[in-house]
Amino acid sequence: MPRHDIEVADRLEYLSILDEDGRLDQPLEPQLSDDELKALYRAMLLGRRFDERMLDLQRQGRIGTFPPIKGQEASQIGAVFNLRPEDWFVPAFRETAAEIWRGRPLDSFLLYFNGYNEGAILPDHHKDLPIAIPVGSQVLHAAGLAWAASYRRTDEVVMTFFGDGATSQGDFHEGLNMAAVYQLPLIAVCQNNQWAISVPVEKQTHTPTLAQKAHAYGMPGIRVDGNDVLAVYAAAKEAVERARSGGGPTLIECVTYRLMMHTTADDPRRYRSEEEVDQWQRRDPIPRFAKYLLGKGTVGEALLEDIGNQVMQEIQAAVERAEERMKELGDPLDMFDHLYAEMPSSLRTQRSELERDVAAGDKEVSHG
Amino acid sequence: MAKMTMVQAINLALQQEMTKDDRVVLLGEDIGRDGGVFRVTDGLIDRFGPQRVVDTPLAESAIVGMAIGMAVYGLHPVCEIQFSGFAYHTFHQLESHAARLRWRSQGRLSVPMVMRAPYGGGVRALEHHSESREAYWAHTPGLKTVIPSGPRNARALLAAAIRDPDPVIFYEAKGLYRAFREEVPEEEETLPIGRPQIVREGTDLTLIAYGAMVRPAMEAADLLQTEDGVETEVIDLLTLSPLDEALLLQSVTKTGRAVVIHEAPRSFGPGAEIVSRLMEGAFYHLEAPIARVTGYDLIIPLFSRERWYLPNARRIVDAARRTLSL
Ligand SMILES: Cc1ncc(C[n+]2csc(CCOP(=O)(O)OP(=O)(O)O)c2C)c(N)n1
Ligand SMILES: [Mg+2]
Repeated sequence: MPRHDIEVADRLEYLSILDEDGRLDQPLEPQLSDDELKALYRAMLLGRRFDERMLDLQRQGRIGTFPPIKGQEASQIGAVFNLRPEDWFVPAFRETAAEIWRGRPLDSFLLYFNGYNEGAILPDHHKDLPIAIPVGSQVLHAAGLAWAASYRRTDEVVMTFFGDGATSQGDFHEGLNMAAVYQLPLIAVCQNNQWAISVPVEKQTHTPTLAQKAHAYGMPGIRVDGNDVLAVYAAAKEAVERARSGGGPTLIECVTYRLMMHTTADDPRRYRSEEEVDQWQRRDPIPRFAKYLLGKGTVGEALLEDIGNQVMQEIQAAVERAEERMKELGDPLDMFDHLYAEMPSSLRTQRSELERDVAAGDKEVSHG
Repeated sequence: MAKMTMVQAINLALQQEMTKDDRVVLLGEDIGRDGGVFRVTDGLIDRFGPQRVVDTPLAESAIVGMAIGMAVYGLHPVCEIQFSGFAYHTFHQLESHAARLRWRSQGRLSVPMVMRAPYGGGVRALEHHSESREAYWAHTPGLKTVIPSGPRNARALLAAAIRDPDPVIFYEAKGLYRAFREEVPEEEETLPIGRPQIVREGTDLTLIAYGAMVRPAMEAADLLQTEDGVETEVIDLLTLSPLDEALLLQSVTKTGRAVVIHEAPRSFGPGAEIVSRLMEGAFYHLEAPIARVTGYDLIIPLFSRERWYLPNARRIVDAARRTLSL
């Protein structure tokens, strides 16, 4: 027949395990040990409290502009919890909780957001990439890492993060296409937090989900409640196992919400209502998970409080470390480091120019 | 006349051009309800509606690529790229098509569009938010690169850019957005593209700057006068490309000495071209080698060290004194 239906694989699932009130869909409950559950909770709480502390510091002028993550802790921790240290994590710029879980020291964020390039240094054993601010660009790097990991016949996987806005960029589509063509061990996690600065996701795309974009490239896609850490964990576990065993890439859309401003330079009251924010506040991933843990008997109130205190101490210590460190940093000549493996002679000349300028040291004259 | 910031002055230019001419449409990320991250398009969506103030999905290549089609159709699109550090996606469309369609079609088609983008340092921003890479555009035949230095000339040049029959890159120094206010006339005003201006007259030395560097150049000229009794001429380029050297040659023929200032990296930067033009056209009038005060050939450091990267009046005065001592 000249005109007939074509069969395409277009099954799309939505996964939610723990609802807003902490009620569980029992058959879907992932098998996690008490220690693992506590670790999930602690990591989310650490991300949350650290974010709040950074906002305080920013408001006091002690750090510069940064993008808060509040509300997105489950999307991040549920996913990266499945990675091994030898896997790769390729963030965008709003994955503070995930970066901390992967081992980035808290004080490094404070240095970074206070304008010190040293804040982007990851610990030595780390394979992960530093944040990528140009929206969507990192998806291709993740595909390249995954290509290399399979070229080397490892069972490493690569997990990259990006936002709903990023799905409009060519880089996103090109990255997913490459990953599917070469069946790469890539897990592409979209944190659909409903907004790209002032643009709501409904104006970003005409499709009802972002997960379905996977089908255009011939890879599985799944949409999960991104404020349900168990659902994110379960979906990512499946995707990681598939990738590790040679089954190719997966796109995971975590439906979540950016509870705060885009960055501290943004004023969301210009484009969204308080009511909308309140509604999402009720879907906060952390209290519902706490309820679940309490109900299950994994933790008691006392232990939760204990974890809360530990987290606050860890943050306080990091703030103090960062402030100490900043006293030592800031030598302007360091700006010449790390541009090339070896400094070209023309740069050495320019470096001595700056050296003279610093020595002349008139710091008062501004440039206007 | 009202006293305006550069943000308000650019907003006024957009408003007036849109009122006058329904071919003018705006495209960009967050330019609607949010009014742009710097509020340059504040209020325009209420006035002209979402058909003419188009809040796009997050895709710079699409913004500029579509603008090319719109311009070929006969509209005058004005694109806002949120930060010039994110304009590289647009390079492909601008270099491969916007800059070439007139030439490729042998004059039948044209691309009357503007790409506005904030550039430059001084606002304690994150990576990609402080660079000055205007040379990329100035190096591209078929594009015009315009960089105002204050509210009044920003307004006048943007109006001219929107009316221009060719694609114009319009870089706005974000450090100037709210740095000072200037009288900006309510009635229409344009400035010709491709014409530098003398903003201070002098006989001993010429400082050549544009964008955010005009202010430190003026400051340096003051210092040179009070501390050294040197009469400095300051030229504001306003248009980088096509570069009109006539005024530069005239000035340097008179002063015999020049310092060129930009925050862009030095090597292959705009200064290299300016110095070459002066060498070619005024060599026999030069009393000393022409100096450059520029950003270093580095990625501008994060903001704790940024002020050591950016040229300032002190560095300009030092370079001027070296030049004057020869
Ligand atoms: C290529 C590029 N264009 C524009 C920007 C400015 N910008 C930073 S974040 C952002 C919105 C990103 O939205 P989304 O992908 O949903 O991530 P979210 O900020 O919500 O985490 C924009 C427009 C940028 N960083 N990179
Ligand atoms: Mg988003």
